[in-house]
Amino acid sequence: MKVVKHSFDGVIIGAGGAGLRAAIEAGPHMNLAVISKLYPTRSHTGAAQGGMGAALANVEEDNWNWHAFDTVKGSDYLADQPAVDILCKEAIDSVIELEHWGLPFSRLESGKIAQRKFGGHTVREGEAPAFRACYAADRTGHMILQTLYQKCVSMGVKFFDEFQVLDIKIDDGVCKGVIAYEILTGDIHIFESRAVTFATGGFGKIYKVSSNAHSLTGDGPGMLFQKGLPLEDMEFYQFHPTGIYRLGILLSEAARGEGGILINKNGERFMERYAPSIKDLAPRDMVSRAIATEIREGNGAGPNNDYVLLDLTHLGEDVLREKLPDITDFVRTYVKIEPITDPIPVQPTAHYAMGGIPTNVNGEVFSDEKGTILQGVYAAGESACVSVHGANRLGTNSLLDIVVFGRRAGKSMVDYVSKTAHMTLSDNSAEDVINKITALLERQHNEEYSVSNIREELQESMSSNAQIFRTEEKLSKQTEILENLRNRSKNITVSDKGKVFNTELLDAIELENLLDMAEATVASALERKESRGAHTREDYPERDDLNFLKHSFTSKDTSGKIKVKYKDVELGKYPPMERKY
Amino acid sequence: MELEIKILRYNTESDEKAHWDIFHVEALPDDRILDVLLEIKSHKDGSLAFRYSCAHGVCGSDAMIINGENKLACQILVSEVSNPIKIEPIRGLPVIKDLIVDMNDFFDSYKKILPYLISEESSGDRERLQSPEEIERIEDTTKCILCAACTTSCPVFWTAGSFIGPASIVNAHRFIFDSRDQGKIQRLEILKGINGAFRCRTAFNCTNACPRGIKVTEAIQEVKREIALNS
Repeated sequence: MKVVKHSFDGVIIGAGGAGLRAAIEAGPHMNLAVISKLYPTRSHTGAAQGGMGAALANVEEDNWNWHAFDTVKGSDYLADQPAVDILCKEAIDSVIELEHWGLPFSRLESGKIAQRKFGGHTVREGEAPAFRACYAADRTGHMILQTLYQKCVSMGVKFFDEFQVLDIKIDDGVCKGVIAYEILTGDIHIFESRAVTFATGGFGKIYKVSSNAHSLTGDGPGMLFQKGLPLEDMEFYQFHPTGIYRLGILLSEAARGEGGILINKNGERFMERYAPSIKDLAPRDMVSRAIATEIREGNGAGPNNDYVLLDLTHLGEDVLREKLPDITDFVRTYVKIEPITDPIPVQPTAHYAMGGIPTNVNGEVFSDEKGTILQGVYAAGESACVSVHGANRLGTNSLLDIVVFGRRAGKSMVDYVSKTAHMTLSDNSAEDVINKITALLERQHNEEYSVSNIREELQESMSSNAQIFRTEEKLSKQTEILENLRNRSKNITVSDKGKVFNTELLDAIELENLLDMAEATVASALERKESRGAHTREDYPERDDLNFLKHSFTSKDTSGKIKVKYKDVELGKYPPMERKY
Repeated sequence: MELEIKILRYNTESDEKAHWDIFHVEALPDDRILDVLLEIKSHKDGSLAFRYSCAHGVCGSDAMIINGENKLACQILVSEVSNPIKIEPIRGLPVIKDLIVDMNDFFDSYKKILPYLISEESSGDRERLQSPEEIERIEDTTKCILCAACTTSCPVFWTAGSFIGPASIVNAHRFIFDSRDQGKIQRLEILKGINGAFRCRTAFNCTNACPRGIKVTEAIQEVKREIALNS
């Protein structure tokens, strides 16, 4: 296998919003490479729709403290409050900065950036829904991704497109670089780099019905987990309430922000029963749980009573055309329904990982629950857990997270690079990766051990046993299923033995990451014997602040045994209260 | 329903020339063509190569020719095309493997039109003001996802690969008509060159091919007019 060597000061893995924002910060100050398995503009930031929360107060009075209160309450008090303060305070400048870089936001008559309502965002600590989400129609993520990429192009940022990072080299807690696979040629590339930022996104593909792109396989967290490093709060996985039935394609919360409502088979606006004050604009965990409850109780619509309806018919054609053009097109394209006249079948869809690589507010990665810092390793965006989202993320806060903490991770790279010397990697540092690829290619193909068979079983079983409602029984069953899948995956085979665009080979490697993500999710979910935010244990229906106002740190030792440890939540101005809306 | 899928295969590594492979696949009428391709890759031929990611028409990875037309495989349902279904790589860019083409020239063309906001103005600590009408002027062309469906449907591009292509002009349009941008003259200078906007012969293939519904040909005409007005 051909091995090519590169030398950089810093490497960023992933070119979605967090990676690109980190690159803009770090690029001018070092010899930097951004490595992405996709062309940057294909990244999943581009699929975000509804908006980006920031207390600009363009429509009505607003205050970043209210945004922080909503975020903490939305997180079911698991978010670290000093980090939330940073998120909400820096949100304002981050939005303005994107505007200055050319982001085409929708505008108010006054010429200011338009803002709309979104789930869980309120004024005066819960008084009424807030106009806080800054948006560009319903393609805000697309515009953020394009704008950040454009900025990188203008700065001459060096990209390695369609390269997949397969290993990070860490010696005695100090980062030395990464090993990547060039998808076009099958060549191996050693990148010497003393600073490495993970911005690899989420891992929604552990579930069958998901809003996530096929590429979201937990590559960054997987790489660290396989080295015995911990992942934080993995039991908290967000199901977005309104995915298109069966397909899981996201229909933005902005649809409800603009006045859309959810109804069951009886035409009842059921959210009035679950969240009497803000109803359909309750946070996502509550709305998804409400939908799942309605379906369980036989109130679901359709021939199998297994979905509810998102009704936008009363909003009028103009609002749909001007403010929700993309999602209404998705409905027309994929379910052949005209949303101007007919309600849309929806069901909760796997959407966002609150958990991930543990970091502090500067993007520095922790190697344990005590807060030991891994020198030169950073993470930002969905692959990271700061934690600003706690047990449930509010809509619009992920697009903030990527720019606020992407910038901070980039800045940390600059600081670190300026005070450390170049790291070298020997020519045989790619040996592990080469051995792994060679073994996969040499193993004779056997359908039983094909990538797709194992992946389909993983997704099916995770959706049955580790979804919105969880119990010890189901999670234990899933633990066994995962053990079995893990054993089978050791013999995984691929039929394509080529070098050029061997995407089957990469699927096999990604599957290993997916299995890691599923194992960490299930193990931490089993240990958390309470219900908080997106994690609902039917056998432990109450929140238990006495025992579980803590972040979980899940890691795996070399024998494959998983351990869950805990770290206290950093509280602040807002003491935990009962969460009512 | 059973589908017959004919795919034009080619692998730079092992094939001298392209050949058709035929697969028979069970599918539902509302499955996407992408689902059908994934079914083939998962259970019939793991070596089949195509790019894909978001699976709902926003990332721009999976432009290909489906029954003769440039489409995103994730945006077309089985019920919308006639069976048998013929699938080929997009035209005018070198094929690397099966449905995967080399996109480097495409992105190089995009970079030529200075695809970023150019403004010398100090913008202060608040947003610049822009009226809803001003933003509406560029709304259509800001939707571009750089999938290359337009450029690779263009007959001029097929015969003269040096043509900057519809996608680049669409992205230039997005800045030229942005009330905040001050790089118009530089971009028009680039686009009035021999491989620029005037190579367009208004075949309208690009408009038909755009999966985002951008009025591509109209945008190109507006850019041509702007060049004429400014020279």
